[in-house]
Amino acid sequence: MTRRERALRTARRGMIVTAIGLAGLAAAYLWGSIFAPIERTQGPAQKIFYVHVSAAWSTLLAFGLTGLLSLGYLILRDRKFDLLAAASAEVGVAFAMVMLTTGPLWGKPIWGTFWTWDARLTSTLFTFLLFVGYLVLRGALTDFDVRARFSAVLGVMALVLVPFIHVTVLWFRTLHPEPVVLNTEGAGLPWSMLSPLLAAVAACTTLYIGFVTQRYALAVLRDVREEEAAGGLS
Amino acid sequence: MAGSSVASVAFAVAAKDLRVEWRTKTAFISSMVFAVLVLAVLYFARDKTAVGDFSIAPGALWVTFTFAGMLGLNRAFLIERENRALDGLRLTPASPTGIFLGKIFGNLVFLGVVELVSLPLFILFYDVPIWRQLPVLLLVVALATVGYVAVGTLLSAMVVRTRFSEVMLPVLLLPFLVPPIVSAVQLTWRIMALRPLSELTGWLSLLASFDIIFFTLSLFLFEAILIE
Repeated sequence: MTRRERALRTARRGMIVTAIGLAGLAAAYLWGSIFAPIERTQGPAQKIFYVHVSAAWSTLLAFGLTGLLSLGYLILRDRKFDLLAAASAEVGVAFAMVMLTTGPLWGKPIWGTFWTWDARLTSTLFTFLLFVGYLVLRGALTDFDVRARFSAVLGVMALVLVPFIHVTVLWFRTLHPEPVVLNTEGAGLPWSMLSPLLAAVAACTTLYIGFVTQRYALAVLRDVREEEAAGGLS
Repeated sequence: MAGSSVASVAFAVAAKDLRVEWRTKTAFISSMVFAVLVLAVLYFARDKTAVGDFSIAPGALWVTFTFAGMLGLNRAFLIERENRALDGLRLTPASPTGIFLGKIFGNLVFLGVVELVSLPLFILFYDVPIWRQLPVLLLVVALATVGYVAVGTLLSAMVVRTRFSEVMLPVLLLPFLVPPIVSAVQLTWRIMALRPLSELTGWLSLLASFDIIFFTLSLFLFEAILIE
């Protein structure tokens, strides 16, 4: 089987995973918005929580994996790591956009403002911009080897930077609700709300895998095409 | 060969860069004029009745340093791009670590001089009598500059290979400047307000740990940038 055929097969598998993820997401949202109880103080506005938190989870997963895959590329110098890191960063930026739009929609009725320079919001915004920068850098480099090395360096740097940004803005001041999901003391999230959330998180993770698989297959196909073009010229 | 030790390579590279700069002074003079302009423009970027000189001063100082530094950092590897000088540097037996340290050192001197010249102007323009606290402020400036220059030098070595390096550097570098610049601003206003030293230690340790971690990381990662 040629590299091209393998990539096409990967793309098809990615499409199936994405379809499962989308169906799961629809089901989880229906569950969350219709069957889960309405929160007493926040009212229906709280429903966006299921979208927001699961998108946030996928963003974290995507950016974390981009950093680790970058590190993997620098050590092993395997093309796969580079293409996967790029795919993960791109999907992460998409999920981050979902998180950054649903957050303000909830913030307006609950906090009375769309945006506030709270620690979690600020560090998310900077992380988002950091990975947009990562994609911009990739776009500005044409040579495969240079692009892979440079973006891997940036990916590793980003992985180390994010905790620093978080501490910095946390010390500045914070307002965001404390985590309620894994909070062991005090008021935790009731099971009737936790279960649709976990379903949404699982769906978003599936969706993440589906998107990255497809994006990766596309990158491989593009790579094959470039090689063919280079071979045709010589 | 003893002559190609890391320290001597670093010294040679820094000396070469600074000599080139000394002969033309273009980058230095533009950075200096730019710094004075930013300081002056930021003075007017407020409602004078609501925001006093004292409130706007720390932010103005660090925005000035950040922008002025960006001009110097871009220059460090741009001069190596002409006539493909970087390839020549790469062909020498000099270690990448030595080259990188040399570039960092050159940039530190460059930015250090810009800062030392604009600091008195800042004190005059914003009328902040902090001559007594100057040693602590200089420590903050030194710590923030080291972290800034380490990351900035590494990133400028990468962006110089792209088509729009002058635009790319700020886009990639500014997120990395959040921890050092925010810490430096927090420390600067505390120093200006004569706060006790105990209020400074937290931010100082954040600044110091950023320096140590990113200096080391940049040193390790530079090899992946230079070696084809």
